[in-house]
Amino acid sequence: MKKRKSSTFWWGVLPVVGFLALWEVIARRGLISGHLLLPPFSVVIREFFDLTSSGLLLENFEASLLRIVIGFCAGSVTGILFGIIMGWKEILRRTFSPIIALLYPIPALGWLPLLMLWIGINEMLPIAIIFICSFFPVLYNTITGIRQVNKKVVDAARTLGASERYILFHVFLPLALPNIFTGLQLEAGMAWRVVIAAEMVAIPTGIGALMMKAESLIRVDIIIVCLMILSFMCLVFERLFIYLEGKLTSKWK
Amino acid sequence: MPTVELKGITNYICRGVNLAIENGELLVLLGRTGAGKTTLLNVIAGLAPYKGSVTFDGVEVDSLPARKRKVGYLFQDFCLFPHLNVQENIAFGLRAKGLSKSDVFRRVDELLSSFKLQHLADRYPNKGLSGGEKQRVALARALAPWPEVLLLDEPFNSLDLRTAKHLRMELKRIQRSFHITTVYVTHNQREVSEMGDRIAVIHKGRVEQIGTYGEVFFAPKSKSVSSLLGSPNIFHCKSFTPLTSGIAQVKLNGISLVVPYDGCPIEKVAISPWNIYVSRQKPPGPEINRLRGIILSVRRTSPIVNVKVKCGNETLNIELQEEQWDDLELQAGNMVFVILPLRWIEVKRGE
Repeated sequence: MKKRKSSTFWWGVLPVVGFLALWEVIARRGLISGHLLLPPFSVVIREFFDLTSSGLLLENFEASLLRIVIGFCAGSVTGILFGIIMGWKEILRRTFSPIIALLYPIPALGWLPLLMLWIGINEMLPIAIIFICSFFPVLYNTITGIRQVNKKVVDAARTLGASERYILFHVFLPLALPNIFTGLQLEAGMAWRVVIAAEMVAIPTGIGALMMKAESLIRVDIIIVCLMILSFMCLVFERLFIYLEGKLTSKWK
Repeated sequence: MPTVELKGITNYICRGVNLAIENGELLVLLGRTGAGKTTLLNVIAGLAPYKGSVTFDGVEVDSLPARKRKVGYLFQDFCLFPHLNVQENIAFGLRAKGLSKSDVFRRVDELLSSFKLQHLADRYPNKGLSGGEKQRVALARALAPWPEVLLLDEPFNSLDLRTAKHLRMELKRIQRSFHITTVYVTHNQREVSEMGDRIAVIHKGRVEQIGTYGEVFFAPKSKSVSSLLGSPNIFHCKSFTPLTSGIAQVKLNGISLVVPYDGCPIEKVAISPWNIYVSRQKPPGPEINRLRGIILSVRRTSPIVNVKVKCGNETLNIELQEEQWDDLELQAGNMVFVILPLRWIEVKRGE
């Protein structure tokens, strides 16, 4: 079993190593026209260390991370709370569903012009965008999770003497967890994509803003460093929620 | 344990159902799918809306929600909590009622050992519990909060025949030892003779007939009741001679049988079609209740084969599983031996 796992790992790593090697060779030998716009991978890595040691990367990374943590936590917690209430109480779901159905399809970045006017260009702007980006999908997944709980299981809990509140916390919520985590997983990565976009358009700090500055200086290596960080952080956030879900539900799922 | 009474229960399926279940009794509700059996259980449990009244020991419980009715409910597909292991499932009702940790532990431990589930205590329902084990966990969970009424909704449907039969016997033993008023729903007429003190036949939301198994079996009030009971073989007794130790020999139309006897005159004897065995060869052992006959007709209604066999001047209606019948390699006109097991013969006493 161990052998099979390690061979699967290497089959995953090899294409990446091959791609990086090819990139390095193509960039070093100038095999494509306009090769100045494609620095070798080793140069990108060196730039990553330079940016890190100068503190510039960390400063911008921290700014983006903080916005994401605040916006994503606020959006997710609110989404989960509203989702639980709406999934649990049919009347509330029926009342609010049309409004949510109208707002949900608007892409998070579509709110940007409106929020720039309402909130202004300040720290609250990307946080509000991330909040919107996280809120709706988590809300939808939570409602679905609660509503998918087998009605007979709930009836079984009732006949066993459980109050509605007890059932909410001990039946509905644990059984809706896989759905809630699906929403969180999807949106954790999306939050990074959205914050970068918001920073590129309107905010002077953060990874997105750093990319825009690099673009004006034609520093492709810095842009690629930022993209690699974005890719890595999306992956880390998604994996974090997969891990947490596994921890909480793998025993019984 | 209370006497449960239903008066004029009417809702989307039930149409003025009146029913009384005695203290400690096991009443079987027999009916086809959609007849309203499960709805009646839900009415008793407080899970379905209704007009009319439900009383436990004369006290109306109509205004009580399900959680306050002290009812244990075993659902058709068990409905175990998948996120809780076996002992947590059993403890659910006790914790919901706010019992102390030590009381919960004591009760769960008691039920785990009486249902022989100790070795499965930490296992989750979807992680390697067999159907029979799930059923035992669900029953232990239903009984944990000391319910006064036990409701069982076709609990053995999803199990294989042998396991189901074993568990029916176990359930009956548990029901007797807990002396708990029980309503058992089934659409399977074979279960009726094994389970209930009395049966109530439900048809299109009404109670069509209620009585002891013998009463309903020997005198079905309507065609629908008779067909639900599988059209039993009923024979008029011409004469009977008491033998020893609770058995008597009865003479029917051209055949004689040995039947259970309790000292009262015997008027009729009956046996269900699925309780009669068929053999090509003469069965070994004493020639008691082993009759020689000729196959009159064979009708396949998969997975059952209905066979009519003439023995003496009586015609026996026999039901066999298709594979059993195919193994016998018989056809109409063949001679066969039929065996009528003593324990499946029902006797109607005369005046």
